[in-house]
Amino acid sequence: MRPRNIGDVILDVKNISLSFGGVKALQNISFDVKEHEVRAIIGPNGAGKSSMLNCINGVYHPQEGEIVYQGEVRRDMDTHHAAESGIGRTFQNLALFKGMSVLDNIMTGRNLKMKTGILAQALHLGPARAEELREREFVEHVIDFLEIQAYRKTPVGRMPYGLQKRVDLGRALAAQPKVLLLDEPMAGMNMEEKQDMCRFVLDINDEFGTTIVLIEHDMGVVMDISDRVVVLDYGRKIGDGTPEVVRNDPEVIKAYLGVGH
Amino acid sequence: MIAAFVRQVLQDGRVSSDPVQGAREVRLCLFGTMRGYRMKAAYHTKGGADVAPFARKTSLNAPGSGCPGKETRQMSSMPPASADTFPRLLQHHASVRPNSPSIREKDLGIWQTWTWSQVLQEVRALACGLAAHGLTRGDHIAIIGANRPRVYWTVAAAQCLGAIPVPLYQDAVAAELVFVFQNAGITHAVAEDQEQVDKVLEVKEKAPGIAHIYFDDPRGMRHYTQPELLGFARLQDLGREFDAKNPGFFDAEVGKGAPSDPAAMFYTSGTTGNPKGVVHTHAGLIDRARVACEMEGLTADEEILAYLPPAWIGQNIFSYAQAMVAGFCVNCPEAAGTVTTDLREIGPTYYFAPPAILERLLTSVTIRMEDAGSFKRNLFKYFMGVANQVGGRLLDGKPVSPGERALYWLGDMSIYGPLRNALGMSRVKVAYTAGEAIGPDLFKFYRSLGINLKQLYGSTETAVFVCIQPNGQVKGDTVGPPVKGVEIRISDSGELLIKSPGLLKEYYKNPEATAAVLTNDGWYHTGDAGFLDADGHLKIIDRAKDVGKMSNGAMFAPKYIENKLKFFPYIKEAVAFGDKRDMAAVFINIDMEAVANWAERRGLPYSGYLDLTSQKAVYDLIKDCVEKANADLAQEEALAASQIKRFLILHKELDADDGELTRTSKVRRGFIGEKFGVLVDAVYSGKAEQFIETQVKFEDGRTGVVSATLRIADAATYPAVKKAA
Repeated sequence: MRPRNIGDVILDVKNISLSFGGVKALQNISFDVKEHEVRAIIGPNGAGKSSMLNCINGVYHPQEGEIVYQGEVRRDMDTHHAAESGIGRTFQNLALFKGMSVLDNIMTGRNLKMKTGILAQALHLGPARAEELREREFVEHVIDFLEIQAYRKTPVGRMPYGLQKRVDLGRALAAQPKVLLLDEPMAGMNMEEKQDMCRFVLDINDEFGTTIVLIEHDMGVVMDISDRVVVLDYGRKIGDGTPEVVRNDPEVIKAYLGVGH
Repeated sequence: MIAAFVRQVLQDGRVSSDPVQGAREVRLCLFGTMRGYRMKAAYHTKGGADVAPFARKTSLNAPGSGCPGKETRQMSSMPPASADTFPRLLQHHASVRPNSPSIREKDLGIWQTWTWSQVLQEVRALACGLAAHGLTRGDHIAIIGANRPRVYWTVAAAQCLGAIPVPLYQDAVAAELVFVFQNAGITHAVAEDQEQVDKVLEVKEKAPGIAHIYFDDPRGMRHYTQPELLGFARLQDLGREFDAKNPGFFDAEVGKGAPSDPAAMFYTSGTTGNPKGVVHTHAGLIDRARVACEMEGLTADEEILAYLPPAWIGQNIFSYAQAMVAGFCVNCPEAAGTVTTDLREIGPTYYFAPPAILERLLTSVTIRMEDAGSFKRNLFKYFMGVANQVGGRLLDGKPVSPGERALYWLGDMSIYGPLRNALGMSRVKVAYTAGEAIGPDLFKFYRSLGINLKQLYGSTETAVFVCIQPNGQVKGDTVGPPVKGVEIRISDSGELLIKSPGLLKEYYKNPEATAAVLTNDGWYHTGDAGFLDADGHLKIIDRAKDVGKMSNGAMFAPKYIENKLKFFPYIKEAVAFGDKRDMAAVFINIDMEAVANWAERRGLPYSGYLDLTSQKAVYDLIKDCVEKANADLAQEEALAASQIKRFLILHKELDADDGELTRTSKVRRGFIGEKFGVLVDAVYSGKAEQFIETQVKFEDGRTGVVSATLRIADAATYPAVKKAA
């Protein structure tokens, strides 16, 4: 068992409701995320998991409720502000620049840390150059961490899916997030790739102390790596607690397996 | 001049404004584009303490020495005879060429360099640290990891103390290592990373003598609380403290070493039974390394890429013993997957590759050429034809007409040069291949490109160098004459016997095994069957014990047949049966990459390995290969009777994890015969297909079952060609 060093609540979601027209995507959802923990959000298809992440990092603006992040209360924020305040994320369907190399893709994740202007960068002036070198070095650490040295110059579109997922994670890591939102990081992977990804997620959590919120369908993975689990179903929260508690919750079992009539 | 420059740019995409620094630095430091180059060069030259994560290493380098192009180099001949142990060789180089590069490692995309004097400092700190933890003369220390500078330093540090390094295969599973740890009575172990530490901890449950485990890469090790664990940096800090308190200790320990002391122990993979620890002395290893260096004229300026497992004696000889003797530079690749790129960046001058790797390189070239446009493809085809005719003769210094010379020159400009560069062999002075027989076409391909690829013969027990093909006398099917110091004799039973200064001292704690191979008068029994040809070159046929007889009394040399088949690009492995039987049959592993490509080209749909192997078209393809091999066998009277009558394509790739191959990728024929006994029976009982269920072990240690119904096909044979008397 890994020794855990879980801190105070870093992200507190209170009574969030989100609807698109008549569709109620999220109804009165509340849960919290503590610093350094691995928090999983699970639920059947269409339960509102991705919508929840989208509310947290400002893609969607919930109609009701508030989110307290590092003591700051807000209903909504824009995505840029979310990224600046240390919320990073990866995407369910990957949103990489397919024609660009792994290095360049991860470098884009570093964009927030770059302060020089577009003109200086275009002309490759001294400060811009020094900055690029500095950031490149950080990106090299990410590449080393994710063990993708052999693909540094490979265009992302030519890489296998499992590795593209890793690059997506790399780009999120490049921004040095405090909280990392992972939207189905293991979807579509084979067993070996899943194991690798689990190892990376745990290593990120261990080495950098990054708080992790992940959506995942593979129950084995969820039960193995997460500290606490939130269960959503049709936009409602039906369970919350440690993997053991959630696993034995009759409501959750019903949502997942149905009930005999 | 301009043409040459343009060509160079086209070839490598490299441009340098500084011709002095240019060639080497750029080769090592570069991206494809102009902007990329400027970036990277700056990324490289950036050094010093302001780059925090690099401080760990750059602090060891002279300012600005981040890029290997800048080190000063000094020419020198072989070290004096007084440097007769590895630690003394290290001290010699540190004093003669303190600022020459000794070892490099690519880390975070940059080649980090340690000079000889820095390496001596590192080794000294390490040795003192190990001594502080109780490692003493005669102890064995296990080293398990990939090619990393610290792995090599540990070897040297142990030797400084008179302890014996035991390098182990990094992909071996814990169960395989238990015997070795128990046999060698290992108390100290060096592990590269978390994976290896976990393995050693697992071994410790059965070999509780392990008292200290040192690790190089701290990643993931944060939560390990075992008292026996210690990080490398901490170990070296301890060593420096110890050194400060006991200033004369290190030099005294080095002084105590004698050339006749054991220098290293290598466990042989062994096709049967427990592995045996082959003990080599400083004198033996240094002698063989020196003889080969002298024969090939290797100097301190050579570059080599260390990419094969350090537990293999060849890796130790090429990248440690010879580097220590000649004082050249060893380069450690960034990761297993980057070897091809690293090879191009380094451009080694001295290179070793087993035939399997050369084969893989050739396959990738062939596939890419087949995907190229018709103009390029035809150009390639034409000039490879020219190379085939001319290249080998040019390399051997045989007469070549001016017309042929001119054509070859054109080919060199357009094809061979760029291809050598793509293979990372532009600067290769000497390249060796060994371990398995190499296909004549494969061998000729590399030589015709102007790469001086040669065969050598040797084994773990002989410290590699027994025979080497001398420049200008290279034949496809022999391994050359014995090198200096080696005597060869063929016993009455046809077995090859050797006398050499590089012979093993003994098998560790195994006098019976030692006595079985090493006679009192110093002859080593190789177990290989072979003979010397008219020019005194040695030709190896097979393992003596594997050469069998078919039921009609004809000779059956399985390896010979298997090799003939493996020379076809579509066949990865072959296992021949026929000893004491009335006909020869083979099991075949297709080469997934080549066959998949072939299938794609003809629009043949398949869902995976198993599906591909069972396709009729693939069986026809392989049948064609088998029949060609039969035609070849029919040419040789003695072997004509062992033409292949039946074959099948196996449903799984033979794998070392499943025990079907040795760790050095040799087929374990007997084991396979037992494991797939149902298939063997089916083949010889004339069945057309057979169902089989096989246990497989996955890389993560879990097991699963693969089942399939395999077709067994017949192949045509040819009448033996009678040689005219």
